[in-house]
Amino acid sequence: MIECRGLRAGYGGREVLRGVDLRVSPGEMAGLLGPNGSGKTTLLHVLSGVLSPTAGTVRIGEREIGDLRPKERAGMVAAVPQRAGPVPGMTVTSLVLLGRYPYLSLLGAYGARDHAAAQAAMDETGITPLAGRQTEALSGGEFQTALLARALCQATDILLLDEAAANLDVARKAAMHELLRKKNAAGLTVLSAVHDLNLAALYCDRLIFLKNGRVLADGPTRTVFTRAIVEEVYETTFHVFAHPVTGVPQGVVVPGGGPGAGGR
Amino acid sequence: MPRLALFAMLLTVPVSVLAGCLAGPYPVPWQAVLGILAGGREYDPAFVTVVVQMRFFRVILAWLVGAGLAMSGVAFQGVLKNPLAEPFTLGVSGGAAFGAAMALGLGWNLGWAGAAFFPGLSVVPLCALAGSLLALAAALALSRGAGGASRETLVLAGIVVSAFLSACISLFKALNEESTASIVFWIMGGFQGRGATDVWLYLPYFGLGTLVVWRYSRELDVLALGEAQAVQLGVDAARVRVRLLAAASIMAGAAVSVCGVIGFVGLAVPHLVRLAFGASSRGLLALSGMLGGTLLVWSDIVARTILPGGAELPVGVVTALLGGPFFLFLLKRRAGNGS
Repeated sequence: MIECRGLRAGYGGREVLRGVDLRVSPGEMAGLLGPNGSGKTTLLHVLSGVLSPTAGTVRIGEREIGDLRPKERAGMVAAVPQRAGPVPGMTVTSLVLLGRYPYLSLLGAYGARDHAAAQAAMDETGITPLAGRQTEALSGGEFQTALLARALCQATDILLLDEAAANLDVARKAAMHELLRKKNAAGLTVLSAVHDLNLAALYCDRLIFLKNGRVLADGPTRTVFTRAIVEEVYETTFHVFAHPVTGVPQGVVVPGGGPGAGGR
Repeated sequence: MPRLALFAMLLTVPVSVLAGCLAGPYPVPWQAVLGILAGGREYDPAFVTVVVQMRFFRVILAWLVGAGLAMSGVAFQGVLKNPLAEPFTLGVSGGAAFGAAMALGLGWNLGWAGAAFFPGLSVVPLCALAGSLLALAAALALSRGAGGASRETLVLAGIVVSAFLSACISLFKALNEESTASIVFWIMGGFQGRGATDVWLYLPYFGLGTLVVWRYSRELDVLALGEAQAVQLGVDAARVRVRLLAAASIMAGAAVSVCGVIGFVGLAVPHLVRLAFGASSRGLLALSGMLGGTLLVWSDIVARTILPGGAELPVGVVTALLGGPFFLFLLKRRAGNGS
């Protein structure tokens, strides 16, 4: 479970999150949406311990996030970062194995269990054929998938994703989300920041819209994905319709609407 | 592959030690060297003195210092994510030299009682350690002040600190009417006249530094991913970074207190290992330690045999001659990569 109350956070003197109240229950799969600079990455950084809140409380499970030791926290929350770069000289296998860091003993040696977890994660994400490849030699999408494998290898109850599918083609995007749904059905709590509104609507049961560092709308996908809300969030003109096969809401931008045009 | 490399590097250790004990202006037959190293004392006493007192401990010291500087370079490069970082370019060595030279110049070369049993705790190495840590702090602060710790700013700051401190050493020594030789010793270090005492002095710091760097070698891998990911994977980044920086500074600072400033070993060796084997932090540390030791032993052999008539070159001159062009090569390579 993730719970934020009155959460404020930012970088230096610049406040990005201005009072976020949010609760994600175990087993939920939620999409985090909002325009650039609305605070999605900042929120995920707070939830993964990278950034400390300046005010408010954040709980992971039953505990205040600041009270968790780093390894404890990393055993509860895994994250797939945005804009990560490959590391020269690191193979895919060694990258995925780093997901086992929270469970390593003082000597830091990998055991049979760690290797098995890494293998399973690479199999699930379909990157086993790339296992021995150097991370610099991967395409953007392959590297992103390797990062997902690392996060799964971390074996946590909560998974945070920050534009994890951004570099993938349409089919791989869908495949990655099918996998996330499968893991979600098996009990994984997923909070995924995405720009692709329609992708989020297709795969998430719940959508959370951030704007200017606050939660503007939050609820079941079919309830909150309305023209009024997305137009308010993105300040542009939308046409919202039901997906012809699944019936979930989908939206397309109406040309000429531009930011600030609002209206009809 | 790294396993094979490690084995090969391990083999270079006895070979280098043997070569170091053979080389020198006073000829000792190799049979005698082998016999003396094996513990035999039935040889000419002059041979025994030369091989054991003048050469063997000196070679061991050179190996330890080379290994220490190289591992220190691995740690600095990893923690600061800066391929140009090493004790010399960060000003750490310069700070240590300044501390040690001041302690000696002010006549503080007094140990407390414990120093009799543990030479590492005498005043000179402790001042060297303090100097190295202060210089590192100064370089880091300077580079932050100059608009973000980019790779080049940090090295620039280190070089400024280093140049300023060596000027201070020169001035201090000149005012105290000391010979230029002792100034050169701190700025371009060497192993002339070093022996068993220095080995015992350096060994504990070498051991401590190696232990800490080895303990946090997995964290070095994680830190290579960047701060945010390291935290997300459960690394206590701030704490680990401070410990690694301290360990690297201690290894380098204590080295300076026994043999002066020796540049570029910490820079060149980790890069050579990466170019050749591309190992993870663990392999990189082990291989760099071995190669650094071997490289410095051979540099020392060159330093004491290249001049005619038994004169010695400071080994720092040899490493700088080899390392300077290598530094340029790295700069060019990075420029070529456009990164």
